[in-house]
Amino acid sequence: MATSPLFTHFDQIFILLRNWLVGFLPAALRPAAGVVLGVITIVCLFPGLFALTTVFERKGLGRIQNRLGPNRVGPFGFFQPVADGIKSLTKEDIVPFSANAVVHFLAPLSLVVAVFMEFAVLPMGRNMVLVDLNAGLLFFFSMSASTELSVFMAGWSSRNKYSLLGAMRAVAQMISYEVVLLLSSVSVVMIAGSLSLPKIVAAQDSYTGIFPHWYIFTPWGLAGFVMYAIAATAETNRSPFDLPEGESELVAGYHTEYSGFKFALFFLGEYLAMFAISGLGTTLFLGGWSAPFSFLTFVPSWIWFFSKVMLSIFVFIWMRGTLPRLRQDQLMNFAWKFVLPFTLLNLFVTALWRFMGEGWMRWVVCTVILVAAYVLMGRLSMRNEHFGPRRYRYAE
Amino acid sequence: MNALFYLLAAITIGGGLASVLLKHLVHCALATTVAFAGLALLFLQLDAQFAGFAQILVYIGAVAILIVFAILLTRGADLPKDGVFSRTWFVGLVIAAGIFAVLAWAVLESVRALPQHNAVPAVTVRDIGNALVGRYVLPLEIVALLLTAATIGAVIVAMHEKERPKP
Amino acid sequence: MTTPLAGYLLVAALLFAIGIAGALVRRNAILVLIGIELMLNAANLNLIAFWRYGPHPELLTGMMFAIFSIAVAAAEAAVGLGLVISIHRHTNTTDLDKMNRMKG
Repeated sequence: MATSPLFTHFDQIFILLRNWLVGFLPAALRPAAGVVLGVITIVCLFPGLFALTTVFERKGLGRIQNRLGPNRVGPFGFFQPVADGIKSLTKEDIVPFSANAVVHFLAPLSLVVAVFMEFAVLPMGRNMVLVDLNAGLLFFFSMSASTELSVFMAGWSSRNKYSLLGAMRAVAQMISYEVVLLLSSVSVVMIAGSLSLPKIVAAQDSYTGIFPHWYIFTPWGLAGFVMYAIAATAETNRSPFDLPEGESELVAGYHTEYSGFKFALFFLGEYLAMFAISGLGTTLFLGGWSAPFSFLTFVPSWIWFFSKVMLSIFVFIWMRGTLPRLRQDQLMNFAWKFVLPFTLLNLFVTALWRFMGEGWMRWVVCTVILVAAYVLMGRLSMRNEHFGPRRYRYAE
Repeated sequence: MNALFYLLAAITIGGGLASVLLKHLVHCALATTVAFAGLALLFLQLDAQFAGFAQILVYIGAVAILIVFAILLTRGADLPKDGVFSRTWFVGLVIAAGIFAVLAWAVLESVRALPQHNAVPAVTVRDIGNALVGRYVLPLEIVALLLTAATIGAVIVAMHEKERPKP
Repeated sequence: MTTPLAGYLLVAALLFAIGIAGALVRRNAILVLIGIELMLNAANLNLIAFWRYGPHPELLTGMMFAIFSIAVAAAEAAVGLGLVISIHRHTNTTDLDKMNRMKG
């Protein structure tokens, strides 16, 4: 059933559509036109998803906080992004008098450009990757590193001490968790044997019985995925790591002095970075576009990819509504003293897994090492904390 | 693709010139970033994909931010009273011009003897990995040691000195 | 028509000269470090250009050299900037024309 022509047509419907459209052009222009069509699709699709996510987030946060979200514009408030878009586009563009105009203008642009480039290497379905680079994962992380500089440019060019402080905090946090992100992806690369993202997905696309071979279902994969998720939350400055842009702390952090369309660009850049990092997380750990059970492979591959990405976004929103914010030094301590050593241990455990050969032995050994290390490091880092009964101090 | 090469060369050289001529230090750092980006694109044009992406990741993602942090921590944003060029700027310029003259003369003299194999090398990341743990394993280990020593050294050099109790 | 190797070498030579000019002409210590980074980048461009147009690109010598050079340059930038910050903390200036005595 999975290889019937109808399924193949539905699965590859976007590729067939693109080939048909490009077939109208002479043969010399076809590759370039194919790529341009892919770029147009990405540039239209992901901001559309962004608009949908903003309304999901506000309604979701509202329900978590026991209130309705926006419910005036459209059925159940689902046309709110249209209202938000009109507001952003028609607001006056204020640039502070002593701000550095050129850098102030270029910061949101460079952020959005770098984030859009990240989508070029994500495999969104079977055969549906825009560019199959040999070093695709490295390209993704290079673009992610370029966004840090735009954050700094935004904060510094505003000539505002709150913006600068927010930008410094954001850059320090992003650099620390970049290391964690890279190292947790290295374990996947070790097992899959390639830096090319479509090959990593193809390595996870097999089933034993009905269960898939996703990397999250292995001990090192689960540990790696948890650390990747923590690092992804910190990279995109989401709660509980959103001190750099916390509303109650720093006005709005590094985008304080931006208004109108440029603020909307920053917002867009942050949410697109969230999509891109979730997309990479699903590619590396959750099997990309492959189905969860072997009897579900008749559903098209791109539906699975986008469902997994939306599930990750839902978890991001859930964490934002539920967890309290971490202080800057707590967050940096956590990164360097707990997550990074654990990631290095995870690399070692991945190597053990790879070289121990098939069988139940490697499951037991790897799980025992990871759990023991987690408990040990947890106890070690909490040995000076004494949690007694809560004491209340009242104002006299 | 000659036009593309000229464009990328112009971006790189322009970024380099801006970074040594501008007055405000943070502008210099951002111009340096433009030069790094131009160089990464030149690497990509030379079919060195891994080197190009590593250049973006390391130079733009880390070294540029390091430079900017150092500028902010040393109050480089204030303009100095005596101007930005040192007293001996003319000698420096002469030396730089002399070096460029020698290098350019050497290149132009040997244009006929330069190799020009135009076949695109089929280099995959797997080959680079094999080379790193095969033929170049000694430099790899030494670079690891060097990076560790540099990290520890930089932290110790830049750390606040502990207050010594006065006797 | 592909660009000849001489084109890349000239760009690298020009960038190297600009780097040296930056290191020698400006007052601020951090610009010296920026100049050094430009010089290292120019050398990397030279290496990659020769690797690409040379007789045996499958040996990967040029690319490996360039990658190690990137790593070493990053380490050296870190140590150099740490030194500049430390000197600033001691003398409250980064002006190289004023740092002309050994007495601290």
